[in-house]
Amino acid sequence: MTNAWTDIKNTDLVVVMGGNAAEAHPCGFKWVTEAKAHRGAKLIVVDPRYTRTASVSDYYAPIRQGSDIAFLNGVMKYCIDNGKVQWEYMKAFTNASFIVKDGFGYKDGLFTGYDEEKRDYDKSTWDYVMGDDGFAVTDPTLEHPRCVWNLLKEHLAPYTPELVEQVCGTPKEKFLKVAEMISECSKPTKTMTSMYALGWTQHSKGSQNIRAMAMLQLILGNIGVRGGGMNALRGHSNIQGLTDLGLMSHLLTGYLTMPTEKDTDFETYMSTRQFKPLRPGQTSYWQNYKKFMVSFQKAMWGDAATAENGWAFNYIPKLDVPAYDVLRMFELMNSGKVNGYICQGFNPILAFPNRAKITSSLSKLKFMVTMDPLETETSRFWENHGDFNDVDTASINTEVFQLPSTCFAEEDGSLTNSGRWLQWHWQASSPPGEAKHDSWIIAQIFLRMRELYRKEGGAFPDPILNLSWAYEDENEPTAEELAKEINGRALSDLMDPTDPSKVLVAAGKQVVNFSQLRDDGSTMAGCWIYSGCWNEQGNNMGRRDNHDPDDTGAYLGWTFAWPLNRRTLYNRASADINGKPWDPTRKLLEWDGSKWTGYDVPDISPTAKPQDVGPFIMNQEGVSRLFARGMMRDGPFPAHMEPFESPVENVFNRKMRGNPVARVFKSDAGQLGTSAEFPYAATSYRLTEHFHYWTKHNRVNSALQPEFFVEISEELAAEKKIEHGGWVRVWSKRGSIKAKAVVTKRIRPLICDGKPVHIVGIPLHWGFTGSAKKGFGPNSLAAFVGDANIETPESKAFLVNIEPSTAPKDKEASV
Amino acid sequence: MANTMDSPRTAVSNPPVQPMETNLTQRDLIRRSATSELPQPERQLTPVAKLIDVSKCIGCKACQSACVEWNDTNPAIGENVGVYTNPHDLSADMFTLMRFTEWVNPETDNLEWLIRKDGCMHCADPGCLKACPSPGAIVQYSNGIVDFVHENCIGCGYCVKGCPFNIPRISKTDHRAYKCTLCSDRVAVGQGPACAKACPTQAIVFGTKEDMKKHAEGRIADLKSRGYANAGLYDPPGVGGTHVMYVLHHNDKPHIYADLPDNPAISAVVQTWKGATKYAGLAVMGLAAAGTILHGLFAKANRVSKHEEQEAQEAVDHADKREEDA
Repeated sequence: MTNAWTDIKNTDLVVVMGGNAAEAHPCGFKWVTEAKAHRGAKLIVVDPRYTRTASVSDYYAPIRQGSDIAFLNGVMKYCIDNGKVQWEYMKAFTNASFIVKDGFGYKDGLFTGYDEEKRDYDKSTWDYVMGDDGFAVTDPTLEHPRCVWNLLKEHLAPYTPELVEQVCGTPKEKFLKVAEMISECSKPTKTMTSMYALGWTQHSKGSQNIRAMAMLQLILGNIGVRGGGMNALRGHSNIQGLTDLGLMSHLLTGYLTMPTEKDTDFETYMSTRQFKPLRPGQTSYWQNYKKFMVSFQKAMWGDAATAENGWAFNYIPKLDVPAYDVLRMFELMNSGKVNGYICQGFNPILAFPNRAKITSSLSKLKFMVTMDPLETETSRFWENHGDFNDVDTASINTEVFQLPSTCFAEEDGSLTNSGRWLQWHWQASSPPGEAKHDSWIIAQIFLRMRELYRKEGGAFPDPILNLSWAYEDENEPTAEELAKEINGRALSDLMDPTDPSKVLVAAGKQVVNFSQLRDDGSTMAGCWIYSGCWNEQGNNMGRRDNHDPDDTGAYLGWTFAWPLNRRTLYNRASADINGKPWDPTRKLLEWDGSKWTGYDVPDISPTAKPQDVGPFIMNQEGVSRLFARGMMRDGPFPAHMEPFESPVENVFNRKMRGNPVARVFKSDAGQLGTSAEFPYAATSYRLTEHFHYWTKHNRVNSALQPEFFVEISEELAAEKKIEHGGWVRVWSKRGSIKAKAVVTKRIRPLICDGKPVHIVGIPLHWGFTGSAKKGFGPNSLAAFVGDANIETPESKAFLVNIEPSTAPKDKEASV
Repeated sequence: MANTMDSPRTAVSNPPVQPMETNLTQRDLIRRSATSELPQPERQLTPVAKLIDVSKCIGCKACQSACVEWNDTNPAIGENVGVYTNPHDLSADMFTLMRFTEWVNPETDNLEWLIRKDGCMHCADPGCLKACPSPGAIVQYSNGIVDFVHENCIGCGYCVKGCPFNIPRISKTDHRAYKCTLCSDRVAVGQGPACAKACPTQAIVFGTKEDMKKHAEGRIADLKSRGYANAGLYDPPGVGGTHVMYVLHHNDKPHIYADLPDNPAISAVVQTWKGATKYAGLAVMGLAAAGTILHGLFAKANRVSKHEEQEAQEAVDHADKREEDA
C-alpha cells in the first residue's frame, strides 16, 4: 500500500477491482464502511462475479477476468478525452513532459523491438531523449509530439467504450457510468482509492494491471494524498514482510537486488546501481544504495566483510537466470535437477498451478522437510486419499521430514501489514507438543551444517563458516536480537559529518534509522528500510499510542511504519508545486516557507524547497512514470493482452497468445488448452469463511463453509443440465476435479468479441487434511505460467470444461 | 449501574475492564413464563437493543463464529447444498445465521445480494414466553432481553410455535430450547454481545434502544441519499417492538430478506390461550405443536371440553391463515 488501512476512511471513492476486499479482507474493509458512513464515499466494484464486496457497493460492473487493462486504459482515455485530469499535478509530478526516443512505437499488439524467437523485447528505444547536459529532455508545454503525454494519448486511442465492451464484456453504459464516477476524482478536492489484490497480480500481465491503475491515479492526482493511493491488500498477515525482507530469489533485503553472473565484483555490481538523477536537483534516493548494501554485508558476515574483499561480495550467490522463482524451482525439480526441498510455511500442492506437476516434482525429490504448524497436504503428498489425492504411494521414494512449527500467538515477533506497519506481537501461549519456533529449527540446521563444513571443508565453505551468528543462545536467536540486527547499529563511533569532533552514534549503539548508515563498513543493518524499528528509543514496533490529531488516520504513535515511520508514501505530492495542500481539509503536509510541516513524516528532505525537489524521490526523474522506460519486460505502457488460456482472441493481434514475453517452459507449452476444447473461463478466489488452507483445520470455520464448490450462472447450469447443489466435474488440460455446484445469479454470462462467455468460479480452501469435508483446489486446473515481470502464476484466468457428475470417492470408499 | 450499560458495546467502544457485579438479576424480571404473580421490579433498567444494519453487512459470518465461540456450541460440519447459508438453519448449536438471498430489484433490474443475520429478535411482547407452559423457563428483563433458562425448560417446543420469527430450536441431545440470549451473560457485566464485538464493519451495534434508533436514523438518511427511497428501521409494532432491530434498504418489503415477516404478531393461538384456562390452553398448543410427549401427559391429566377444543381449532386455523397472508 502507498497509504494505510486507516487512511481509507479519508476517501471519496473506493474502487475495488482485482480484489474482493469485503470477502478476503473483512477487517480492513471496515475503513471502507467508515468512509461510506462518515464521508458519504461511494464504492465501485468491477469483478466477474457479484461478490460480497459488490453486495455493499454503490455501483457494480461485470468484467471478464484477464481483461482489466482494456478497461483501465478505457477509463484513462475517457478521463483525458473529457478533460478530467488533475492537470497541475500531472504536469508537475509525472514524466508526461519527457521526450521519448524516435524509434519507440506500438503496433499489432506489440511494442518496438519484439523478438519472437527469444520471447523478449529489445528495449533500447524505450527511453528518453537525453540532452547534452546529461539530463532527460522535457517539453513542459506538452506540445512535442514525442512527449510521453502525446504518446500515451496515441496509445490509448483504440480503447473506446465499444472496444471495452467487446473485450471485457462490460456493457457500454455500465463502463461509462464507472468511468464517469472515477473521472470526478480528478478534482483536487476529491480522491479515489484503489484496493486490489490477487485478482490483479495472478495474471501473466499482473504487473501491468497494477501499472494501468497507478497511471490512472497519477492522471487524477490521487497518489500521495489522503484517501488516495494504490493499495495492495496483502494476502497473508506478513506477506509484505516477506518481500521487504527479500524472500524472493532475485532480491536481497529492502529491495536491494541479487547480483547476476555479470556482476563479477562489487564495483561492477555497484556500477549498474548508481542511479544518477535524470533531472537537475532531484533526490534519486537510490544514490545511497552502497550504504545499505555494505551495511547488509556487514550484518551478514561481520568482520569477514572488508573493504579489501569487496564487503564479502563473493559470498553472495550470483543469478544465472532472472530468478529462481517457485515455478522455475518446480520445473527444475520435475526435471530431476533438485534433490532436496525445505518447505517452510508453504503448501505448494494446493497453492501452485498444475497440481499434477507439483506432485510429480515432489515425487522426484530425495528428501523434503516441511516446517508448518499444521498438517499440510504437501507434507502428505505421498498419501493416497482416493480421488482427493490419487497417488501411488509405493512408487514415491521421497523421504519427508515434518517439523511442527509455531503459530503467531506462540511466538514473539512482528508482522508487517499491507500498510507497511511493523506490528510487534507477544507470545501468548506455549507451543503445543513438539512444535518449535522457526528460528530454533533454522538455527539447528545451520549449526549442524556449519559443523559439517568445518570438519569436511567443501568447495567454498567461507560464507557458511563466516556467517555472523552472535546470538546469546546460538541455538535459538530471539525475535528481539533479530529485530535489533535488522535495525542496524554502529560498529565503530560514527562522527557527525558537520562536526567531526562530535560522536553521533557510539560504537555498539543502535542507529536511529537508515539515514545514519554508511558505506565504509562502520555500520551494519539487516534490512535498511526497516531501520528505525528498534533503535535506542526501544522497540518502536511495540508502540500502541492510538492518538490521531485531527483524525487524519495517520496514527504516528502506533507501531512503526517503514520507511522512517512514514504512513503515506509520496506524501509531498499532497501539496501543489508551491507546497500548498491540494485539499486544505485533507492536508498531509504543507510548506511553511522554510520547512515541511503536517501530519506525516515528509518523504523528501524536510527543508527541500517545493519547487526544487520532486515527490518521487526513489525515481531518478524525481517524478512518477506514465512511461516506464525499459523497466517492465512487457512494455512501457500497459497494453491489452489475453490470458494464455482465453475464451476469445486478442483483438489487437489475433495470433498472439497470452503475454508475448512471459516465460513458458517447453513442457508446459503443450499443456495449454484451447477454447474449442475448454470453452469456459475459470477463475479462482477466496471465501471469507476461510483463510487459505489453514482454517479448514478449525471446526468453527469448517462449519461455516464446510464443503468445496464451484459457482456457475443459471444460464450455464441450464445449458449443461447441472443441478443446484448437485455434483459436477470440472476439468482443464491439466487436471480434473469434482465439486458441488452453486448455481447463482451472481455470475452471468458476458458477451465478449460477439459471443457469450460463461464463467466458472472456483474457491480455493479445500484439500484432504483438516476438519472440513475433503475437496479440491483450483490449482489442480490452473496453467503453469506466470507474470512476465515477477512470475506470479496466472491462477485467475484459465479454461475449463464442466459436466454433471457424481460424488468423488475417498480411499475407504474406493477400496 | 444502568449508566454503565448505556453506551454501545461494540468493537469501537471497549467495555470496562474492571470486574462488575452482575446487572441482570431475578429482581429485574418483568415477565416469567407460566408465572402470574411476579412481583414488579423496583427499578427499570434502560432498554437495550442490538441494531443490525443490513446495508453495512458483508456476510462474513464473524458474528456466527463469535456466537459459537462465546456460547461454546459445536455446530456440525455439514454439506454444501448450493448456498452460502451455513449451517443450513438455526439450531441448538447455532443461535444466529447469515441468510443469503439473491434478489433482482424489479425497478432497476440490478441484482442485490441481501444478507440478513437471523436470530432472536427479543420482542417486547415475546410470543415464546407467552406460549411457554413451564414456570421460569423463559424470562424477560426490564432492559428487554428475553432469555431462556434451560434448567426450567421441559422441551415441549411451544416456544417454537409461539415465536413469530421461527427462532427457537429444540436440542436433539438434551431436549431443551435454545436461541440467542443477546449475550445476557455479557450484557450483565457491561459487555456487548459477542457478535457485535466481532463485527468488522459495525453492521452490528449495541446500546440503549433509544441510541440505536438515533443511530439508525443516520444510517437511513445515508441510504436514502444513495437512492434507497424505502430505507427504514425494522422495529415491528405487532410484537411491541423488538430489542434486535434491522436497518433495511427496502423496509417496505421485509419479506425479501429471507422471509423476514412483514407484520409479525404473536400467533392467535397464544393470544387465545391467554384467555382460556391454563391447561386447556396447553392442550390447544399441543395441537399446534404436534408430536411432543408432553402434550400427551398434560392432555391426559387435564380434561378439555369439546367447546374449548373447537374454539382452539378455529384459533389455530385463523393463525395459519394469517401466517399465509404474511
